[in-house]
Amino acid sequence: MGKRVGIIGVGQTHHAAKRLDASGVELIAEAVTRALDDAELTIKDIDAVVIGNMDHFENINYVDMWAIDGLGAFMKPVFKVTTGGTTGTTVGACGYYQAASGLFDVVLAVGWEKNSESDTQAAIATCASPILERDAFAGAIGPLATEYSMYMKAFGATEEDSAIVAARDRNNALNNPYAHSRQAVTVEDVMNSPMLSYPIKFLDMCPRSDGSCAVIFASEEKAKKLCPKPAWVHTSVVRHDYTHFGDLEWTFMPTLERASARAYKLAGITDPLNEFDVAELYLPASTCGVKWMDSLWFCDHGGAPELIRKGTFNMDGQLPINPSGGVISTNPIGATALIRIAEGAWQIMGKSGARQIENVRKALCTGFGGCSWSDVMILGADLP
Amino acid sequence: MIYMERVAIIGVGQTKYEHGKQGNFAELVFEATSKALQDAGITRDDIDNVVTVSSDFWDGRTISSMAVSDASGAFDRDITTVEGDGTFGALYGMMRILSGSFGVTIVASHHKGSESNMNIITNTAFDPLVERKLGLDAVSSAAMQARRYMSKYGLSEEQFALVSVKNHGNAMRNPLAFLPMEITVEDVMNSRKVADPLKVLDCSPVTDGACTLILAAERQAKKLTRPAKCVWMKGVGHCSDAYRLGDRDLADTRALKDAAKRAYAMAGIDDPRRQIDVAEVYDAFSYMEPLWLEGLGICDDGKGCEYTERGYFEFGGKLPVNVSGGRLSSNPVQVAGLAGMAECVLQLRGEAEERQLDGAKVALVHGINGMCGQSHCVWILGK
Repeated sequence: MGKRVGIIGVGQTHHAAKRLDASGVELIAEAVTRALDDAELTIKDIDAVVIGNMDHFENINYVDMWAIDGLGAFMKPVFKVTTGGTTGTTVGACGYYQAASGLFDVVLAVGWEKNSESDTQAAIATCASPILERDAFAGAIGPLATEYSMYMKAFGATEEDSAIVAARDRNNALNNPYAHSRQAVTVEDVMNSPMLSYPIKFLDMCPRSDGSCAVIFASEEKAKKLCPKPAWVHTSVVRHDYTHFGDLEWTFMPTLERASARAYKLAGITDPLNEFDVAELYLPASTCGVKWMDSLWFCDHGGAPELIRKGTFNMDGQLPINPSGGVISTNPIGATALIRIAEGAWQIMGKSGARQIENVRKALCTGFGGCSWSDVMILGADLP
Repeated sequence: MIYMERVAIIGVGQTKYEHGKQGNFAELVFEATSKALQDAGITRDDIDNVVTVSSDFWDGRTISSMAVSDASGAFDRDITTVEGDGTFGALYGMMRILSGSFGVTIVASHHKGSESNMNIITNTAFDPLVERKLGLDAVSSAAMQARRYMSKYGLSEEQFALVSVKNHGNAMRNPLAFLPMEITVEDVMNSRKVADPLKVLDCSPVTDGACTLILAAERQAKKLTRPAKCVWMKGVGHCSDAYRLGDRDLADTRALKDAAKRAYAMAGIDDPRRQIDVAEVYDAFSYMEPLWLEGLGICDDGKGCEYTERGYFEFGGKLPVNVSGGRLSSNPVQVAGLAGMAECVLQLRGEAEERQLDGAKVALVHGINGMCGQSHCVWILGK
């Protein structure tokens, strides 16, 4: 059997639309240095390194090799994992499994992206089959607009419901010094922002950011020795769907339903809405912050709008979601899902500053990407 | 070392390696994965997770793993993707099993280089501000490494050519190899110069193909398949050198030495020269085979070519190296190291047919990431 694993340090850059002051490697170094400082370690304490991003954004082949100096991975074991939008959780899961495997005790997991150097939409469009689907599914907004339209029709959700989520996350970002976009907005501001693809408006949608995030995973024995209060990994689950967008089920979010159901089972969660103290969710658009609440089993299908309207997921609500401001405030793509894990870990470690939720025992973190793929990681203050 | 569960390779599947294969890369993955499942005698229902190995650059597609998720059997499974050589994919597959979270694991890699441009793709592996502008790519940087290796140890182009003669000759016994050829040192020397001192026949061909391995923890391996099918993953190590070529002595193999040390320690190998029966070593260019064999501790630094000349690494030699024909005969880049692992599985099982070696019990497989072997992964497999 593998070892239990805790997160013992977290670092992230100050994310921005354009970090003209830093190269990609320097962004990585910034996050890694901060994670080491957070854990009170030096690079000598790191046994192995894993990194992830998406090739087509910065046009750098063998990123794991190119980033050696920023990673501190000179003469260390290192390799790269990458899965599109879920890259951050893929990197996090890899750090977890490496430390659990017994091959390495302290593992540094790093995600990054410098989107200001890329044509993000053009790069994303190449994920679809060049023969069948590339023309129809060009970019990230269209599919999300489609799925929320269907949800609105099926269950009476509204554009205001997603605007509530957008205002919530964007105002939460005011408490997060690392967030890229920090602006006080009202539901009206969201509703009045320019339409991108009905029903998704400008303030509903995530930006693209420059930034990096580093998370240090350690096996149980090491974690206990090195960290007064590790965030223990309770489980990590990934579910993918079909290869072609046209084969997907759009009214619901089957991969998130399956991934979270499996993760809850493994972590012994039976009542997610009450058992989690905080959730950092990869919501690429505020519309997902409505519809996917069903998929996370917080309510029955169609129940999400009522929970949103009641303020269930506000900072002072039953289950605060995205105290960090979430993905619509910060989106350095290869790091985005790892930031969910990093923020969840900090909440458990009590290091979240102005966005800290009191006494967090269990945190839910998710990743989203690819062809409607879902990743789930559950963290806890107690050993699993 | 603490007690660690043993992990076995229980199934291997490969396509034939060719240039300009029909079918898209997902179809190649489907063929290799179907064959691997059949080889292990199991079905997709027995699998609980998948590691794909792919490269967005070579596939010309972002999230290239998305295109092979159906083909690799990943629907509704836990799936992840390693970008790099297949040996690193196998490493992550093993770690996922050792973590206790997973049982039977597919590791599927593919490469369809015939649809890509090798020079441009490998040029993007260089620093965008300085080295990339010089036009460096996999071949021109390898040429510099070959030249450095020659000048450091007084080696000749003819000595490198001998590696190509040996490996293309070995490919004659491998029905999956792309370029089986009976050639002479003169043929290599007279072939077109690509980047001095490398000639066409010193370089591996752009090759299409896919390879899938199926891994399982000991408990499941014993339940699901016959002992004859199980080859054990006894040791593994990986390590990376500096990024910039100028920060390295290109004829120094310190990262490989470190990776090998880790793999040998884990596998309990204290004398690799005596304990290893067969090896698949990364030979994308002829000079690499002797250079890496030095790093692997099979011979002293600077002595690799001398050993090659003595026939030490030949089929039937003391330590046969690249019996499959190696990368010089088929180089499906991401697949390269995984194909080496597949070859060694067949050798250790006694299923290598015409190229079967007598009494092979311990095998070494080596893969690299990055330019001029920046990062290495070393495997020890055993029966």
